[in-house]
Amino acid sequence: MPLSYTIAVIAIPLLMFLFLGLVGVKMDKKLTGVLGTIGMLITTVLAYGVALTYFFGADQGQMADGVRSAVVVFNPDWLSFTKTLVVRMGIMLDPIAAMMLVVITTVSLMVHLYSLGYMCDHHGHAEKGFQRYYAFLALFTFSMLGLVVATNLFQIFIFFEMVGVSSYLLIGFYYQSPAAVHASKKAFIVTRLADLFFLLGIMILSFYTGTFDFDKLVFGPEGANSLEVAQSAIASSHGATFLGCSVMAWALTFIFIGGAGKSAMYPLHIWLPDAMEGPTPVSALIHAATMVVAGVFLVARLFPLYVIEQGAMEIVCVTGAFTAFYAAAIACVQSDIKRALAFSTISQIAFMMTSLAVSSAQGGLIEIHGGHGLGFMASMFHLFTHAMFKALLFLCAGAIIHAVHSNENSQMHGLHKYMPITSIAFLIGCLAIAGIPPFAGFWSKDEILVACYAKGMGWGIWMSMVAGMTAFYMFRIYFLIFHWRQHEVHTEHAPSDQPWTMTLPLIILATISVVAGFVPAHDLVTWDGRELHTQLNWTVAGSSVLIACIGIGLAYKMYFKENELPDKLQARFSGLWEAAYRRFYMDELYQFITHKVIFQGICKPIAKFDRGIIDGFFNLLAAATGQAAYGIRRLQNGSIQSYVYLYLVGALALAVITMVCVLI
Amino acid sequence: MESVGNLILYFVVALVIVVCSVLTVTTRQILRSATYLLFVLFATAIIYFQMDYAFLGAVQIAVYAGGIVVLFVFAILLTHQPGKDAQRIESSRRVLGAVAALLGVAVCGYALFTYANFCGRQLAQMPELDIAKIGTWLLSTDKFGYLLPFEAISVLLLACIIGGVVIARRR
Amino acid sequence: MNLTLLMYLVPSLIMFGCGVYGFLTRKNMIAIMISLELMLNSVDINFVVFNRYLFPEQMEGMFFTLFAIALAAAETALALAIIINVFRVARKVDINQLTKLKF
Repeated sequence: MPLSYTIAVIAIPLLMFLFLGLVGVKMDKKLTGVLGTIGMLITTVLAYGVALTYFFGADQGQMADGVRSAVVVFNPDWLSFTKTLVVRMGIMLDPIAAMMLVVITTVSLMVHLYSLGYMCDHHGHAEKGFQRYYAFLALFTFSMLGLVVATNLFQIFIFFEMVGVSSYLLIGFYYQSPAAVHASKKAFIVTRLADLFFLLGIMILSFYTGTFDFDKLVFGPEGANSLEVAQSAIASSHGATFLGCSVMAWALTFIFIGGAGKSAMYPLHIWLPDAMEGPTPVSALIHAATMVVAGVFLVARLFPLYVIEQGAMEIVCVTGAFTAFYAAAIACVQSDIKRALAFSTISQIAFMMTSLAVSSAQGGLIEIHGGHGLGFMASMFHLFTHAMFKALLFLCAGAIIHAVHSNENSQMHGLHKYMPITSIAFLIGCLAIAGIPPFAGFWSKDEILVACYAKGMGWGIWMSMVAGMTAFYMFRIYFLIFHWRQHEVHTEHAPSDQPWTMTLPLIILATISVVAGFVPAHDLVTWDGRELHTQLNWTVAGSSVLIACIGIGLAYKMYFKENELPDKLQARFSGLWEAAYRRFYMDELYQFITHKVIFQGICKPIAKFDRGIIDGFFNLLAAATGQAAYGIRRLQNGSIQSYVYLYLVGALALAVITMVCVLI
Repeated sequence: MESVGNLILYFVVALVIVVCSVLTVTTRQILRSATYLLFVLFATAIIYFQMDYAFLGAVQIAVYAGGIVVLFVFAILLTHQPGKDAQRIESSRRVLGAVAALLGVAVCGYALFTYANFCGRQLAQMPELDIAKIGTWLLSTDKFGYLLPFEAISVLLLACIIGGVVIARRR
Repeated sequence: MNLTLLMYLVPSLIMFGCGVYGFLTRKNMIAIMISLELMLNSVDINFVVFNRYLFPEQMEGMFFTLFAIALAAAETALALAIIINVFRVARKVDINQLTKLKF
């Protein structure tokens, strides 16, 4: 197998995790960080090798008839419960998996490198728990890589959970801060809830289809996604329905809920903003670039099934479109830089979800076969570019936070002069996400918009509007941080660009953000493995650039120089502003539902029942036994004479009984 | 028809047994209690002689009267100051004990008089029983041989000797 | 007038009752042992007279009385040794005062 070294890509982070986790405590802090980074560098090089071999390799085995097919590197049985119920653990490469390998390893490497500088105090001493931090990073990377190369749903589920765990561990890295602990719990519980649905979905799906394996669920004989295979998989339910919907629609919706939990789709998004309590590089890696796109990846992985089961796809589409707008609206008013970026992330992931969903809704099988799987490609492309520029933005934010020791915009203003490299990198990131050519975001977002317009004019306009809001809120943040007014220097430590370990990743990611748009994604990551011939839709491209420019212009007008306009607007629309600032009271709603309804209304009576009646019964038993024992303890008094007395009485009683019996 | 001497002997023996048994457990001086016990044992030995078990009677006198009572006397003298009475037994305890004992006697007596139809049997003729025969039986393994209990008893006695030595040894 | 089996059983029964009474009421350990001897003796009488009256050809009752006497001797000797030892340690022989090993 030419690609058998893919296993090293997975194994190195795992070994790194074990090594750093077990031995790291005994080692020098910096050394563990350097080791982790070197390990990640090797992984990245190997992953690039795998991806290049897969996409452009001389071995054209996977390019039969112009179809780029999936390569199963190996796939041994892991758990064989019965002859038919076998769970395998394997490695499978297909276009999206190979692309994800590149994304994950790149961002992870950048974060590893960046953390070398970020996780230190101002004297350059490594923070407490530095080794633990790198061990967790390696664990996360391993889990994420295992997820994308999974050969079956069960493996995906396992790695889904592991990703959740490492996210939990990393959010709660500062476990002495109550906010971080709460955030990590919140993230874990919300994603667990979603994963419960995911598991249900897997069970329903595999119950009817009899398999977990993707090559039986979605991959056709050519090794690429096949609607015929998906159709037969869906048909294996024989039209079974539940509550009026087909069971397959239920299964796919449940699986989507699992993905929505990880990808922070409305209304399961509430954990992501709080997750920003974790270290900023972690936010860049997990909560911007990789883990949160796991949901998108999941839907993409089962894409043909969703295409056939249009009902589930509509849910994905509506959820995505609404979340995109909702998160963008909140992002416009957030004062915490990381929270704003978090909502931006939610919005962008919702873009990807919507794009996936609209691509199939273009009128059924024929058109998709005819090369209209544009949405899928656009979604994956956007996933790729977004990972790069969002990681860049987060790392910039981290550098700024590190320099000014605050997350609040109001503490930052006018940093342009002090942190030129960060400023330029952030600007590139903003331009990329806003969709200004030739930056990466333009190319991917443009194709998403084209796909949306293809579904319907309304969808397109809606998404274009959200794209405009994206440009506005990103530049709002940019201007507020780097311009607005002169920075007041109150300490002798003026903010400045950070050490090279932190600026180098910025430069690399900024470069990628500039050029990533030219990656020929439509040749590489299409849903059916065939090349997709697209050309720039000038109308859509032009209008989207125009909208982005309007957004930027608005932001420039409001926030470039210190002025009264934002405050005036805030006072004018104070209700709306407050609602958006409080995230439309979603957290309060959850709080109300969980505390007032579930805890007070359901759990308390159950707890009372448990304590009062169940426990009470056993306490009664114990108390009665104790009392009885206390009572009859007197019989065991150690006096032979009383024993004999009792014995005598007993013997006499027996004799009397015997005699009475004989008499009768 | 029994001989008159035999009858008189019986009544004397029965009277001694009843009276001395009662006195044994009611007297407050422990040394007297041991003495009454001695009389009871002698009376028992006389019953054995009446039953034509001469060897058994001899053993009774030798072991019980000669051995055990002497042991009791020794123990009493070692642990009691002479002439000092034991405490009076509290009456509730006495009543309880008397009730239990009388109940037992009553139940058994009732059973004896009511059910035991063999109670009116006369003394029958018994084959001659000499010491040699008893010795043979004790050491035989036949149907009426008692080798096993004999050996068991000897082991028990051995254990007793060892136990006695261990207990009595000065620490 | 004949000497029937019953006439031997009645004194034996009374002796046994006395033994029970003594065992239950006395506090002195030696007195308790004496009561025990009474009970044993009454049982011995029963063995013998039952044997003699009911099965004159056989010897079980007699032999078991013999063994019982041996047992009683052994048991008494051992018990008295223990009592004397306890007395040596605790200076008392009353059973209701010897509570050191209780609980």
